[in-house]
This record gives sequence, structure tokens and C-alpha cells, in this order.
Amino acid sequence: MDIEAAKLLGAGIAVLGVIGSGIGIGNIFAAFISAVGRNPGAREHVFTMTMLGFALVEALALFALIIALLLLFVF
Amino acid sequence: MASPLAQFEINKLIHLNVGDFDISFTNSSLAMVLSVVFILTILFFGLKNLKIVPSKIQALVELSYEFISNMIGDNIGKEGLRYLPFIFTLFFFILIGNLVGMMPLSFTWTSHIIVTFAIAFFIFLVATFIAIFKHGLFKFLGFFAPSGVPKPMLLLLVPIEIISYISRPVSLSVRLFANMMAGHTLLKVIGGFVFVLGANSFIIGGALPLAFLVALTGLEIVIAFLQAYVFAILTCLYINDAIHLH
Repeated sequence: MDIEAAKLLGAGIAVLGVIGSGIGIGNIFAAFISAVGRNPGAREHVFTMTMLGFALVEALALFALIIALLLLFVF
Repeated sequence: MASPLAQFEINKLIHLNVGDFDISFTNSSLAMVLSVVFILTILFFGLKNLKIVPSKIQALVELSYEFISNMIGDNIGKEGLRYLPFIFTLFFFILIGNLVGMMPLSFTWTSHIIVTFAIAFFIFLVATFIAIFKHGLFKFLGFFAPSGVPKPMLLLLVPIEIISYISRPVSLSVRLFANMMAGHTLLKVIGGFVFVLGANSFIIGGALPLAFLVALTGLEIVIAFLQAYVFAILTCLYINDAIHLH
């Protein structure tokens, strides 16, 4: 297979990893919304952990993106 | 039109060579110096004439100190306050570094993996040495084999624990680097669309990508704060792990 075609295919497959991140972020914010719904007073406290959880899950999506960019532009 | 990745190029501003080493003052160094000067200016003016009822800048400095102090108190406890200068410097250096990159024609020094990896590796060494000096080498190594685990599982568990410990600086650095690089690259790509669409439709066609660009810039500023916060709080958690036997 042509190396350029293989690179493009590899990059496309690598980006499929962000599916997990999409599900994860949905889970985190669903938990946040239901926690605030049950106990509106806990909002600031839970918000801090929500932002931390969001950034951690987002990082995994960006790891997948970095591998895709690595395949496209470095190799 | 320039490539969207051209914004990450390092340009030497003042050429300096010590023997074989190239220690030129680059645009990255300039951005770092600007970040530090900005922080020091705010701290200097905030702490000049301290009053009981604070002036606005003094209130800002006090708020930032309290923010870091609460972060450390929640995550490490009282004995963690000795690391407050470290966490304070780390958080505000990365935050202002991210925000300096959002200025037009500026350079984001946090978008280079070697810089973020240097910081993350240093934090990894700090946490490891705190653990070793506090608990001794054997107890530190004993962390990778949790108690109450049957012997056959240990053979599988210990390498996994070690790998996940070693991956901490990698994940810490790649998180910050990837967020900054992807965000800025996206901004430049959409900016290119504004230009191309506007040039081919008497300017009016560029309005939609421009609106998107404005929203994205807002999101990038939020991400700048968020990533600095996550970096600092993960450092607090790693130091907490090191002090309290993980």
C-alpha cells in the first residue's frame, strides 16, 4: 500500500479513540447535573471535581489526536 | 498563506552560543519572560502598601494566594503548605503563559512538548524524592505491591502499577501540550477559512467562520484556565500520594 494512503488511513483510525472521550464527558456532566439537581447547595464543591474530571477525560481524546497528527506529519 | 503550524516555530531573537550549546534568546524565552514580568508586576503592586481593607490589586493577590492555599489544604492537608510557593509559581506561570499565547501575534510557550515535559518530569522527580526521603526506599518500592493481594496476581499487578506511575509525567505534559497546540492550530485553520471565504464573496461570506472563531477564542481562554488548574491540582494530588504513602 502507498505510504501516503497508509498514513491517512492510520490517522483516520486513530481518531476513533475520541468516541470513548465523548461517552466519558457525557457521563461526567450527567453525574454533575444529577448531583446539582439533588442538592443545589453542593454546586461549587462538585463543580471543581467536575472540571478536573472533564480535563482528565479530554486529555485522552487529545492523546488520540496527537497520535493521528504524529502519523500524518512526522512519519 | 502560511501553514497553521507556522505559529509554533521558534525564532531566535538574540543569538548566543556557549561552545557547542545554542542558548539563544528565542521568541519562546521572550514569552516566558513576559509571563514572569506580568506576574511579578501584579504581585509587586498588590503587596506594596498593605491595608486591612484591601485595595483592588491587594484583594486580587490575596484571592490568588487563598485559591492556591485552599487547593493545597483540600488535597494535601496542613503539612502541604510548605509546597505553596512551588504550586503557586507553577499554577500562575502556566496560566499566564497560556493567556499570553492568546494575545494576537504572541507565542504560546506551553505548546511545546519539550517545555511541558521538562516541567512535568521535574514534578515527577519532586514527588518521587519526597516519597523516598519521607518513607525510605523500601517502603516507597513497597507501594507498587499493595497489601492483601494474592502472590500470583502480584506478578501481573506490579508492572502495571509501575507503568501507570511512570506514565504520570507523560500524561501531565501531553495533556497541556496537546490542548494548547490543538486549540491554537484550530484557531489558525478557522482563521484561514475566514480569509478564503471572505476573499471569494466580497467579505460577507467570512462572517460565519468569524462568529465561530469568536466562540472558539472564548473556549480557548476557558481551556487556558482549566488546563493550568488541572496541572496544578494533579501536582497537588501526586505530592499528596508521595506524602501519605500513596
